[in-house]
Amino acid sequence: MAIGDGLASNNQRRHLYVEQQVTVGFFTDPTLCIGCKACEVACKEHNALPHDGFVFTAMSYDNTGALGASSYRHVKFVEETALAPDAPPGFLFLSDVCKHCERAGCLEACPTGAIVRTEVGGVFVQDDICNGCGYCVVSCPFGVIDRRQGPVPGAGGAHKCTFCYDRQKDGLVPACAKTCPTESIQFGPLSELRERAEARRQTLLDRGIAGVSVYDPSSVGGIHALFLTVGDGARFGLPSSPEVPTTHLRAAWSSALLTSLFAIVASALAFWGAGP
Amino acid sequence: MPGLGTTLGRGGATTAPQDLLRADCILIQGSSMAEAHPVAFRWVVAAKERGATVIHVDPRFSRTSALADLWIPLRAGTDIVLLGGLIRHVLEHELYFREYVLAFTNASVLVGEHFRDTEDLAGLFSGYDPEQGAYDGASWRFAGDDPARPERDETLTDPRCVLQLLRRHFQRYTPELVRDVCGVPPELFAQLARALTDASGPDKTAALCYAVGWTQHSKGVQIIRAGAILQLLLGNVGRPGGGILALRGHASIQGSTDIPTLYDLLPGYLPMPKAGVHTSLDQYLGAVRSRGGGWHDADGYVVSLLKAYYGGRARADNDWGFDFLPRITRDHSHFGYFMEMMDGKVEGLFVMGQNPAVGGQHARFERTALSRLKWLVVRDLVEVETASFWYDSPEVRRGELHTTEIGTEVFLMPAAGHAEKAGTFTNTQRLLQFRDKAVEPPGDAKSELWFVHQLARRLKEMADVSARSEDEPLRALDWWYPENEHGEPEVHAVLAEINGYHTEPDDGAHHGPQVAGFADLRADGSTACGCWIYSGVLGPDGVNRARQRAPEGAYFHGWGYAWPADRRILYNRASARPDGAPWSEAKKLVWWDHERRRWTGLDVPDFVADKAPDYRPPPGAVGLAALRGDAPFVMQADGLSQLFVAKGLADGPLPSHYEAIESPVDNSVYEQQKNPVARLHVRPDNPLAEPGDPRFPIVLTTYRLTEHHTAGGMSRFLTHLAELMPELFVELSPELATSLGIEHGGVATVVTPRGAVQARALVTARMRPLFVAGRWVHQVAMPFHWGGRGHVTGDVTNDLIPLLGEPNVGIHEAKALCCALFPGPRPPDASIPRYLAAMAVRPTPERV
Amino acid sequence: MAGFRGLPLFAQIFGRKDGTGTEAMSPRTRQLSARTTGSQTTRSVCPYCAVGCGQLVHHRDGELVAIEGDPESPINQGTLCPKGAASLELLTHPARLTQVLYRAPHTRAWEVVSTSWAMDRIAQLVWESRARTFVKEVAGERVGHSSAVAHLGGATLDDEENYLLKKLFTAGLGLVSVSNQARI
Repeated sequence: MAIGDGLASNNQRRHLYVEQQVTVGFFTDPTLCIGCKACEVACKEHNALPHDGFVFTAMSYDNTGALGASSYRHVKFVEETALAPDAPPGFLFLSDVCKHCERAGCLEACPTGAIVRTEVGGVFVQDDICNGCGYCVVSCPFGVIDRRQGPVPGAGGAHKCTFCYDRQKDGLVPACAKTCPTESIQFGPLSELRERAEARRQTLLDRGIAGVSVYDPSSVGGIHALFLTVGDGARFGLPSSPEVPTTHLRAAWSSALLTSLFAIVASALAFWGAGP
Repeated sequence: MPGLGTTLGRGGATTAPQDLLRADCILIQGSSMAEAHPVAFRWVVAAKERGATVIHVDPRFSRTSALADLWIPLRAGTDIVLLGGLIRHVLEHELYFREYVLAFTNASVLVGEHFRDTEDLAGLFSGYDPEQGAYDGASWRFAGDDPARPERDETLTDPRCVLQLLRRHFQRYTPELVRDVCGVPPELFAQLARALTDASGPDKTAALCYAVGWTQHSKGVQIIRAGAILQLLLGNVGRPGGGILALRGHASIQGSTDIPTLYDLLPGYLPMPKAGVHTSLDQYLGAVRSRGGGWHDADGYVVSLLKAYYGGRARADNDWGFDFLPRITRDHSHFGYFMEMMDGKVEGLFVMGQNPAVGGQHARFERTALSRLKWLVVRDLVEVETASFWYDSPEVRRGELHTTEIGTEVFLMPAAGHAEKAGTFTNTQRLLQFRDKAVEPPGDAKSELWFVHQLARRLKEMADVSARSEDEPLRALDWWYPENEHGEPEVHAVLAEINGYHTEPDDGAHHGPQVAGFADLRADGSTACGCWIYSGVLGPDGVNRARQRAPEGAYFHGWGYAWPADRRILYNRASARPDGAPWSEAKKLVWWDHERRRWTGLDVPDFVADKAPDYRPPPGAVGLAALRGDAPFVMQADGLSQLFVAKGLADGPLPSHYEAIESPVDNSVYEQQKNPVARLHVRPDNPLAEPGDPRFPIVLTTYRLTEHHTAGGMSRFLTHLAELMPELFVELSPELATSLGIEHGGVATVVTPRGAVQARALVTARMRPLFVAGRWVHQVAMPFHWGGRGHVTGDVTNDLIPLLGEPNVGIHEAKALCCALFPGPRPPDASIPRYLAAMAVRPTPERV
Repeated sequence: MAGFRGLPLFAQIFGRKDGTGTEAMSPRTRQLSARTTGSQTTRSVCPYCAVGCGQLVHHRDGELVAIEGDPESPINQGTLCPKGAASLELLTHPARLTQVLYRAPHTRAWEVVSTSWAMDRIAQLVWESRARTFVKEVAGERVGHSSAVAHLGGATLDDEENYLLKKLFTAGLGLVSVSNQARI
């Protein structure tokens, strides 16, 4: 997919991924991003999201601050001083979004069944079931999902990127990817995007750009919203090894079991020793 | 757009954003394209991915610079020095595209012997009258009597030939001068020069993109001229991936100059008649028509326009109603009449989709002037600051104006939005795109089409019962448009008149069939046409080509309609060699088909379709027939692009660097400090800082953010945009912040002689002090979208900008001026006048 | 038996599902549909900058539903910038004016007036101001204008609107103080 493909682009053409149960994803490439925030606005317009407050943050051009209950896309701005007096400064943009983890902390933590995985692999919060308990909020290793504070529509419940499940069901591309003027956000089958991300990484390496990698952490079983990173991914706020709380569940239960076994044996031995 | 108009022939972008995909190099200067035109920048990103080199020249490292291969920071207002340096580099190193330059430009043309250059006259051209502050350009004319056939020296060695004059004029624009004036180090300049010259030649092209970062200067037209000269020397105009893309900022700003709501133009770039100059139609036509080139046929365009205006009342025996037209007597532009408004000479004002209380220059002056009106009609989507000036302007808060003392009768009328009415926008690439109406406007909201029509009906009724002679033009006005059920004139009827029609009516109809194009227009009253350059948009077949949405081929013909005659790349005859063959396979666009004896190719030829490359005009030929078969610039009298402009510019035939009117430094290029013919509007309520004024040592430049739109009426009231950029800020370097004690994120005050504005401080390494003329010059940058209303509010940046005008078009200077910067908030509203008085400087006493 | 298998718990057991997939979707989720589905579509052009991006305006029963990029436009190919993407809010936000507001001289507040009254009054004011300030000639040279009734705006309007404005104001009324955002 390249700029100029027009209707043939995965970002524009209609699809049948939901019907065909094709796992889809985003691939967000900051080397093509111009920091315009069209993704943020298109998302808010389509999902009829309330504003997040009119607060000047002084964090470069970023006044959205973070992903949250009313901002499902968030363009991060990274400014860095120049390495040499005549060299240009660093000015990088990355449109962050819910990762739709293969192993999704929010989904695992949800006690009501409000959070489900869709046919296309997206993690989707069902407004009508969510009771606002907030277990998901603390279980997301990326700090994506949040409860919306009132008085606005949907207040109290937990919200995050829906992967435009409503649009996808009707064969439409998620609003952010469709709108992105430079195709920094690409939508499509996840397997295809993984290949494309790798090809892009190689292209940039061939152009002499060092430290390019694809962000797809295995600690959460891989993600459905891939990112390209240049240099340290931490600059973009992407943790190197995100973990869902249930990652250690097996070890925790195992050690609990071992401990209890030990306690039983020890008690038995104690009674034995104290016998008549 | 006289910069492009005088140089190339037409006042429009020569190319389109999509064609940037074919460029080998893209120079963006005077524009932060990624921020102000993000979707056009899509094609820059695409070109970069295909291997093009992208260069951004800008005082500020912006979102555009972030995607560029090369960023060149320069001192605001010194573009002509950088471009002049490049022109010199190209000439001195013989890097120009010789065959193109020789055949398609006026490089070989000889200039008359009375011409004196800035080299001879300390920065002035010959013909300067210091009393009038104006040039008499008589000495700038070409040698010989016939403008269609000027004397030429094909060897390019005669010292009076344009190329040699150019060489001499720019010889002082050395890399060292570029370093000392612009602050651009020679190594960086060399990289820039190499990137551009590497992309020149038969199989390479470079494109140039600019916006108001070039135009909003006291010498804006000459900056564009310098860019155009460079592009011509490199052989880039009229070719794929080349050209000059003027990026315009409003949906139909190109349309509003093509069909102008401007004081000095009539539709299709015909001049408004001037009192005492154009006393008869013959005299007017004599001035407008040329012997050679496309303007020869202007008599047909003018008479057809008069027929469209006055219908049957335009007759041969009354000069086709030429005397119904008013004459202009002075500068009646926005700034011109706002000064008259301040002086109580303007009674009424209509404002439609504009917000001068925020967007006007020296906005404080403009808001005050509004209070001197008898009446004001504002038509907009929301209550903009212009409508509410009488109760919530800063002047009312400051106690300078009192609501109950303001006698202005104000009407605020709800306007229809773009999806609530049908009509045509003309975009930045001269493309007419018609919109259908989707829904009804809310409540009492109406289109401007409805408003003008309903006003016209009322006024014509009043004229019909009036006996006054001055109402005759109104009575004569042909207002024939059928109404739809909403009382709105049929938009297709208006578009048909713009296209033009045969005046002999069909049975029972107002007029005959529509004309097929401007070639059909006649000066005998048999045709009417509202805007000749748009002719063809709604031809005799009744197909509205601006509404077409079936793109075909490499240039998307069938999607909208590009003026003129659906030509997508202007001057595209230059994409072929003089002999008619493409310069190269890689860069072919339009070429001569020897078998069919016609021009053919990927675009509609911007040329007489069957004029052979070896055509030579017979003696006495006129119009297009007077132009050779290898002369691509068909609107010029000689068919050549004009490196040297002998006629049509107020401030000289060649671009020369003058400092901004407010500049921290002396001009080190010439003794002449400022553009000698700039309109300075010297008056006590428009104070200017003297060059080098120690009170205002910092260069200020303004720009547009992606997240907002101009004066904010279409963005500050929208939550989804307002939250993205909630407060006015000023960008400054860490060095300047440290020296002034301004904290990142804190509040700072920016002061010019006109106003004091408070903004949050964004301290960033993206702003950089420049070493200029032996000292460090600091620059700060501010967006300008805030005002008193909407979800997000703030001080008006334009309160800082002076009222002054570029001499050709009267544009103001918002991209380079001087300011002072202080930590902390500005004084409270009420004490601002005193605060400014304490800082005040006397009005500039005279032109320097 | 079939009804019993349809119960969520049993559906999960028999369907070998873990209760986090489509089987756990509520009826509302199952019926989700894009807002634009089933709406009428009108082709339009973005009203912000001059790039001229194609837009698709989706509407239903006379109400706007969504405005998105037109994928067939060779200019933007379906994409938009943040402003273009906000076009729906531009036309539907609560601060849109829907009535004519009038402020009489020296008064402190707006009042709502009818459109026809406003049009009559404006026509009268134009007529009077023009009559008061019309200049037939200066120093024997034909002028035929009034510079005291001015106009500002046009770069956001349609070509047809600019055409009628210029025709009425300049060619009809002889008003010369006509200007807009464009300068060059």
